[in-house]
Amino acid sequence: MSLLQLQGLSKQFGDTKIIRDVNLEIQPGEKHAIIGPNGAGKSTLFHLISGRYHVSSGSILFKGTPIHNRSPFEITRLGLARSFQVTNIFPLLSVFENVRCALLWSMGYRYSFWQLLGKAQALNDRTEALLDEIGLHARRNLPAGELAYAEQRALELGIAIASGAEMILLDEPVAGMSHTEATNAVALIRKVTAGKTLIMVEHDMNIVFDMADRISVLVYGEIIASDIPSKIRGNPRVQEAYLGEVVPGGSDA
Amino acid sequence: MFEVLIFATLNGLVTGLLLFMLASGLTLIFSMMGVLNFAHASFYMLGAYFAYSISLYTGFWPALILAPVLVGVLGALVERYGLRRVHKSGHVAELIFTFGLAFLIEEAVQFFWGRATKDYRSPDILDFPLFTLFGQNFPAYKAFMIFISIAIFIALYFVLTRTRIGIIIQAAITHPHTVGNLGHNVPLIFMAVFGVGTGLAGLAGVIAGPVLTTFPGMAMVLGSIVFVIVVIGGLGSLAGALVASLLIGLLQSYAIASDLGMPDLLNWLGVSFERDHPLNDIWRLTLPQIAPILPYLLLVLVLIFRPSGLFGKRES
Amino acid sequence: MFKFAVWIIFAIVIVLLPQFFTSLLSVSILNQMAIAIVFALSYNMLLGQGGMLSFGHAVYFGLGGFMAVHALLGIEDGDYFFSVTLIPLVGGLFGLLAALFIGSFSTHKAGTVFAMISLGVGELIAASSLILVSFFGGEAGVSGDRTYGPTFFGYDFAQDIQVYYLAAAWMFIATLAMYLFTQTPAGRMANAVRDNPERAEFIGYSARRVRLISFVMSGFFAGIAGGLFAVNYEILTEQNLNAVTSGNVLLMAYIGGLGFFIGPIIGAVVLTLMNSVLSHYTTLWMLYLGIMFVLTVMFLPNGLTGFLMMHRTPWHLGKIRLLIKPYIVTSIPGAVFALSLVAMVEMAHSSEAEFVFLGASFNSSGIVSWGVLIAIALGSFIALRRSLPALREAWAQANAIDSGEQK
Repeated sequence: MSLLQLQGLSKQFGDTKIIRDVNLEIQPGEKHAIIGPNGAGKSTLFHLISGRYHVSSGSILFKGTPIHNRSPFEITRLGLARSFQVTNIFPLLSVFENVRCALLWSMGYRYSFWQLLGKAQALNDRTEALLDEIGLHARRNLPAGELAYAEQRALELGIAIASGAEMILLDEPVAGMSHTEATNAVALIRKVTAGKTLIMVEHDMNIVFDMADRISVLVYGEIIASDIPSKIRGNPRVQEAYLGEVVPGGSDA
Repeated sequence: MFEVLIFATLNGLVTGLLLFMLASGLTLIFSMMGVLNFAHASFYMLGAYFAYSISLYTGFWPALILAPVLVGVLGALVERYGLRRVHKSGHVAELIFTFGLAFLIEEAVQFFWGRATKDYRSPDILDFPLFTLFGQNFPAYKAFMIFISIAIFIALYFVLTRTRIGIIIQAAITHPHTVGNLGHNVPLIFMAVFGVGTGLAGLAGVIAGPVLTTFPGMAMVLGSIVFVIVVIGGLGSLAGALVASLLIGLLQSYAIASDLGMPDLLNWLGVSFERDHPLNDIWRLTLPQIAPILPYLLLVLVLIFRPSGLFGKRES
Repeated sequence: MFKFAVWIIFAIVIVLLPQFFTSLLSVSILNQMAIAIVFALSYNMLLGQGGMLSFGHAVYFGLGGFMAVHALLGIEDGDYFFSVTLIPLVGGLFGLLAALFIGSFSTHKAGTVFAMISLGVGELIAASSLILVSFFGGEAGVSGDRTYGPTFFGYDFAQDIQVYYLAAAWMFIATLAMYLFTQTPAGRMANAVRDNPERAEFIGYSARRVRLISFVMSGFFAGIAGGLFAVNYEILTEQNLNAVTSGNVLLMAYIGGLGFFIGPIIGAVVLTLMNSVLSHYTTLWMLYLGIMFVLTVMFLPNGLTGFLMMHRTPWHLGKIRLLIKPYIVTSIPGAVFALSLVAMVEMAHSSEAEFVFLGASFNSSGIVSWGVLIAIALGSFIALRRSLPALREAWAQANAIDSGEQK
């Protein structure tokens, strides 16, 4: 059974249709990339799946359960986490607290006001381990808002994966990074998402074709092709709509 | 019954238009700067007190012009040297700053003018009944208040729709983040809008002082009501502020004028109640009694069911 | 271990305080402080920790207090057998219920909408309290008597000093409980929701539920403060739940410093002291309070605690002594300037011909007196301005990390 199913998904704002009748199935363990020109509706698609927007019509099934029009926190609890294109962290909390907060729900603490965080050994160990993994251990006590950009992106990723979600949506994880930073970030993404299902929106074609098992091409809210990378490269419709105009690996991000 | 209705409507109109004079300034300031100016009614109070002091020397008419200008200048100075400094600490700090300012202005007014009510009167020339209906007089001064209010709105409307600065302000209301990119001197516009907004509040104070009495608590009395109005109308919506002002003005005026209450309702329903029941405060409520809380009731209801207000688009 | 020691010292201090301040006036001020500390801390659960700016926090304080007075009346009438020591809990539970009801619709959003609802609810309840006479007692309020209940180890709470130990004990417990709350998952998520409610939803938490929990907790502790007020003053009036009281608690928390747990405690202590001491010397103390508040918002956005905490870096670098001299050089003309302004304000306000300020006698309508004061003010202002560059320089030096000497 596929992990995520989009069936006849549409979204419109007023009279403007942003997403038109999108059908997509993602298998467990798959690394899926969504590409398409600016304004194609990639971020909107993410917002629909993650519960930030309500759908206009159609349905989204995660592990067979309908999740469309549910709150983001319900969807997250089911095991579907995401990162944001514009860094979206807790700026006044320390880096350590950012990660620890992201771990709380999945470790069963819920809205507890009778347990002390300081005494939660397993939670704190897991936080430390995760900080090591994303390479921010040295920065653990700094307010997250004071981190450098690439570090904030790493933290953004850390918060997304902390819940141990089976499926992770990454919205332009390396946008705005220098070449070296991007290379490091990709290595980090590979490391921390190993064995998980991944959907990513990314403009850097080298990264996309390098990482993805399958690629879907979104143009004007419609998926015009969804296939393995080699087939996408050769697809005439894709070349016409997208690749033909923008050199692969081009810098339109 | 009919005469009560007519006078209640006229009085509601006077109050409503007066409220709008405050609410329009508050709305303009909020739209431009994102600041809900807690001290707005304090500037209204300053208007009344300035006009009182000036009128001791010059009479009412020069004060009508001078006092609002003074208040406006003071407002602009507050923006320039106070609010702008606080701006970088965020909206909560700004709101708290204006809250502190309201507190400070009330104390300052007591310092300069004392606690007692000031004998600030309407000019003799307007001290006659404009017309008499069913044996009740309608004072000419109230008609003058309506006239001034409406004249101000026409002027405001003209400035906002027909002048360059007005169009910039309108752009700032709908697209708050883009005006800075157009190369206009945004801080100067902010200062001007704050000055004009507080000046309008000052003018409202000048004309309301003689009717609503000039005393140090007058800002408190009106302040939270004006707040309620801009929220009910929808933050940032001038049309909403107008509708909400008139609504609240009329609602309060009708409630005060009517002599209906829970006993009437219960009689009509055929329900009787015990005199000594602990809840009989509720069963004995009358509309004039609850008139002061109606605006807040309305506010809470509107915010629960329509958090962006009646005409609001933006939620802050 | 260090934190544990802080709490022990705190407990010792509050037990020993009445040994040093024995007069009736000082005990009454201590009682006020205990109440104010609980109230201000409960307010900061909303604003500082949860990002909810409330203009109507007195509602929970007042409702808790009124309920507590009714409980006192119940004890007095012999309706039930109940120790006065538990009265604050009655207030707390009623505050909790009220917060649960109001919070169920007001915590949907933070920001301006929340602030406005709190304002509306505050005005609504304050106005209703004058109408619903049987519970609120109208203008006169409701009064009770705390001495009727069973004695508590021989204490009948007839004397203020006995009330102090009761209030101090409750204050200690409430403070500890509120501190521990900040260390729990719900408390930490309140910070997270304050910072970024949207992201909180994407890590599995309903921002609204997190806010509601903080809100209800805050109502509970405000109600405890109200209950303590009821025990201490034995009377509650409309004043205790109106906008002035709500404004006061905002003032205390803000001046103390919102970003620190200890901030509201410092704010409550400083403002209670100022209120009691200043109001003793001048009728204009509210004016000074207003000026102080506005200046704090403008120049110390993190409050008094924030100002103290700014010195952590110089302290750790061992450079704090660099600041001593410039501070003295600046604060002397600063204090003279402030005092000369105060003198002028007081003199202008004084109706008597002879005006005495700090032992100096002035002729309040004489040009010479005014001239002297204006000269002092101007002189000290110039000296103050002149001293500032050196202070800035010293500050920069004290915060600079020298090469080779990492922190």
